[in-house]
Amino acid sequence: MANAPGAPANPSASSLEFDAHLEADVLVLGGGPAGTWAAIAAATAGARTVLADKGFCGTSGATAASGTTLWYVDPDPAKRAAAKAAREGLGGHLADHGWMDRVLDRTHAAVGQLADWGYPFPRDADGRDRRVSVQGPEYMRLMRRRVKQAGVTILDHCPALELLVDDGGAVAGAAGVRRQKGGGWAVRAKAVVIATGGCAFLSKALGCNVLTGDGLLMAAEAGADLSGMEFSNAYAIAPAFGSVTKTLLYQWASFTRADGAVIPGAASKGGRSVIARVLATEPVYARLDRAEPELSAAMRQAQPNFFLPFDRVGIDPFTQRFPVTLRLEGTVRGTGGLRLVNERCATAVPGLFAAGDAATREPICGGFTGGGSHNAAWAMSSGHWAGQGAADHARALGNGARALRRAGGAGLGEGRGAAIDAGALTRAVQAEVFPYHINYFRTEEGLTGALTRLDRLWSDAAGAAPSSADDSLRVREAAAMLATARWMYRSALARTESRGMHRRLDHAALDPAQRHLLTVGGLDEVHVSARPAPLHPDPVGAKRELAA
Amino acid sequence: MIELISPTRCTGCNICVAICPMDVFQAASGQAKGAAPAIARQSDCQTCFLCEAHCPDDALYVAPDAETVTGIAEEAVAAAGLFGSYRRAIGWSDGHRDNRSADQTFRLLAPH
Ligand SMILES: Cc1cc2nc3c(=O)[nH]c(=O)nc-3n(C[C@H](O)[C@H](O)[C@H](O)COP(=O)(O)OP(=O)(O)OC[C@H]3O[C@@H](n4cnc5c(N)ncnc54)[C@H](O)[C@@H]3O)c2cc1C
Ligand code: SF4
Ligand code: SF4
Repeated sequence: MANAPGAPANPSASSLEFDAHLEADVLVLGGGPAGTWAAIAAATAGARTVLADKGFCGTSGATAASGTTLWYVDPDPAKRAAAKAAREGLGGHLADHGWMDRVLDRTHAAVGQLADWGYPFPRDADGRDRRVSVQGPEYMRLMRRRVKQAGVTILDHCPALELLVDDGGAVAGAAGVRRQKGGGWAVRAKAVVIATGGCAFLSKALGCNVLTGDGLLMAAEAGADLSGMEFSNAYAIAPAFGSVTKTLLYQWASFTRADGAVIPGAASKGGRSVIARVLATEPVYARLDRAEPELSAAMRQAQPNFFLPFDRVGIDPFTQRFPVTLRLEGTVRGTGGLRLVNERCATAVPGLFAAGDAATREPICGGFTGGGSHNAAWAMSSGHWAGQGAADHARALGNGARALRRAGGAGLGEGRGAAIDAGALTRAVQAEVFPYHINYFRTEEGLTGALTRLDRLWSDAAGAAPSSADDSLRVREAAAMLATARWMYRSALARTESRGMHRRLDHAALDPAQRHLLTVGGLDEVHVSARPAPLHPDPVGAKRELAA
Repeated sequence: MIELISPTRCTGCNICVAICPMDVFQAASGQAKGAAPAIARQSDCQTCFLCEAHCPDDALYVAPDAETVTGIAEEAVAAAGLFGSYRRAIGWSDGHRDNRSADQTFRLLAPH
């Protein structure tokens, strides 16, 4: 080996010291559903596998805190066809039926595996297992156990800050910091899976504050590009005082103004933008008064965490009104992420794979996920394929010596610029992505103004260093959110129509000529280009769209 | 936000220190074995309730308010029966194990 383990590959690139070195075939970054399925698949394929999580594998990420419904559909052709058709229009006719079929098959198998591993699926009145949802704490506790049983080494509280690359530009590991033990870590690996989730901009949406787009930035620094980043403006309903952004039960809510007047058109599904418009100037209240009383017990059993805020402040949400807000979930319940180049979930960079919310979900949901089931199915499926793909890549690579260097840039630099104040940069980015009038209701003027300010922040941040080693994680998170915001808004500016969850006030209609996908990438210069969408899978939909 | 650890309920197992995804807690230093961890970085708390789910002794309380500390007292949490309430709801405490498989989501979703 050109660099013996123990010696930082390029010590001058950063002030980090490595206190822990490991070698692996496959390194998985992120231990949510996507990362755990990836690690199990890689280890099962015979790869020596390490999984590093910013938090704790088993409690960290969006699923562990929230729980998810699953896109679990029996392999009955009629049911499958209906499941695919149901989201065709919502997703803006961008999804790919080949991918949907693969994901439906893979999800069915993975959920069956969960049952075999002892996940306690509920039974219905006929005694049948019902497998359309999982509880977050239960599911992720089980996944951690299975990861360990597969022989994977888990590094908890070890956020990755940057990738390591070889002379040819292939990804060859990652490095980061140890939050609890102190110092840095580095893992040399033959392949890396990015499963770091989406980016929710520290909005305190349920379980989402570990999700700051770190993996997107790291991958882009190594040369990967992204797709679908215009589909990044998911806002979820929550009680105004709380973090619980679970939205399923709001389908039984009525929404009112302070004086009690019902807000026409306001609804969780199909009327959320109405809520955003009113919230811009006055409070909005909700009450779950449209539910059949006999369903309320089922609701409690379905979503125990939904009721925590109410029970704890003494509100009965079925009979009493409570104020609501919309918290940004960014790409977590959007669809944008790293662009995949094949069915093994490889990115454009050799040795780098992506899965879950860190990868674009356009192949199965086009430009919309919002609530429900597709995200979880994608995390299981893409995780499995990325883990297998990474293991195969590692095996093919063999054991040749490679000289490594660090690929990280923004916020890790030698301090050409001033030291970055992570809190100030985070607030500056939030001020551009939280407001409904910039991000939810998009216009050329609003997006251009935000981009001017974000680009200026980037040129200051790009060469700067953290003010202290303790601050390096916060600074990298801020830089990653900043990069993510710029990819989002450049893509949103380029899509001069409304499609999926991307809405332009100045281009309110869907434009059939823009049934394409947008690739976005670059750091100092952000570039966007269109590539063809999959062949239209649904001729009826195509006709409808042309008529629109 | 995480509000309090009850020093009388807590056995100092440090599970919450290990599992908190936001690294909010700090274990008590060496000589104080068995002592409760400190809530060292309270404002980093993301109000995910997972420390409550994983605390074997029902010793923690997370208030639903995500932005501000309410300052609720331990006696008030105990009087309202809130210690351990999330664990009971998800079936992670004795006497409530049936709740692990009580998920009724399938009844709330429109049929596929
Ligand atoms: C409230 C809520 C409800 C939802 N409901 C549903 C639903 O009903 N159905 C559905 O399909 N989907 C739902 N989703 C979406 C679903 O939770 C996500 O799609 C899913 O969690 C994605 O899995 P993941 O593994 O990609 O990411 P996550 O589960 O978010 O995990 C990402 C992991 O990466 C780690 N990480 C982050 N940065 C780093 C770093 N720098 N280094 C190392 N590790 C890092 C994090 O700590 C975390 O453990 C919901 C989301 C929310 C927020
Ligand atoms: S998990 Fe509970 S008992 Fe253990 S240290 Fe934390 S608060 Fe104390
Ligand atoms: S609620 Fe979540 S983030 Fe807050 S202390 Fe508990 S585990 Fe940590």
